[in-house]
Amino acid sequence: MGLATGTFLASAVECVEAFTIVLAMGLTRSWRAAVLGTIAALAVLAAVTALAGLALARWISESLLQLVIGTLLLIFGLQWLRKAILRSAGVQPLHQEEMIFAQEQEAARRAGREVRLGLDWFAFVVAFKGVFLEGLEVVFIVITFGLAASKRDPNGMLVAAASAVIAGVVVLIAGIIARRPLSAIPENTLKYVVGLLLSTFGTFWAVEGLGYFAGGTSLEWPGGDWAILGLLSAYVVLSRVAIRALGLRERVEA
Amino acid sequence: MSLVIGFLRFWYEFIVGDAWEIALGVVVVLAIGATLVRSGTVSPELVPLLVAAGIAVVVGVSLAMELRRSAGAISGRGPWQGR
Repeated sequence: MGLATGTFLASAVECVEAFTIVLAMGLTRSWRAAVLGTIAALAVLAAVTALAGLALARWISESLLQLVIGTLLLIFGLQWLRKAILRSAGVQPLHQEEMIFAQEQEAARRAGREVRLGLDWFAFVVAFKGVFLEGLEVVFIVITFGLAASKRDPNGMLVAAASAVIAGVVVLIAGIIARRPLSAIPENTLKYVVGLLLSTFGTFWAVEGLGYFAGGTSLEWPGGDWAILGLLSAYVVLSRVAIRALGLRERVEA
Repeated sequence: MSLVIGFLRFWYEFIVGDAWEIALGVVVVLAIGATLVRSGTVSPELVPLLVAAGIAVVVGVSLAMELRRSAGAISGRGPWQGR
């Protein structure tokens, strides 16, 4: 349940960001180019995932996989957490999909009209890049949460992948119904929660993966899997203290 | 050549993003952890705790750097780094 929820939330945040970009291109430039850019990105993403999955399963030891995926996840997670802390403390403005949407639309209006393969090339490339980038993060999230859960549940990867697909479908349906950026979603809160989860699992995995340098066997955390709960608690405390300290500083300076 | 640069830039933006100190800090802390594990100078049970403490320092340093960056942006000395 925790796995499905974590993957769903993390994927939903990425899908909302990708949806905002595609919507801006579709409304401002060309729906055909934006939709084809999205489909092309999803196709490339599927190919990259299949190839990477094959390579990971065949040639990389478990500890090295934990180290590589854990490190990437830790970097993504800490960046999300850092942004959520800065926004919650008032150091940076809250990330608003409406604002991003307006910026994307403005850039789309200013860009010249170049036609390639019968498509509005600007809209195609921007939609492709947005969906591919956000999708790649979803792939990392699914691999990490899925593999972590596979230790106990053989269907862990399937549950993680299904949760990500459901998140994509939910965001798409909500977007089609709303026909506007999904600004009602409490993005910063979601980002904070997901940042906590990614940082926790990233730290856990990256450290286990350090065993690669000591004979190849994964390193053990004191307390085993319970350390995940300890790490999560530590990140919650660290972030709350940081938000409070930065918030006080901002108020004093104001 | 521009294709290679574009490819490298894509991965840099994807992994490093706008807070390079996080990526660098994580890599440095894990490299120190790997050295400790390999040399066997520290008990294996201690390594996870030391790495976790190192990551907490990375977060603190990154937040402090962001404060300096935004202070610089407000006074017109540097760019706003937020996304």
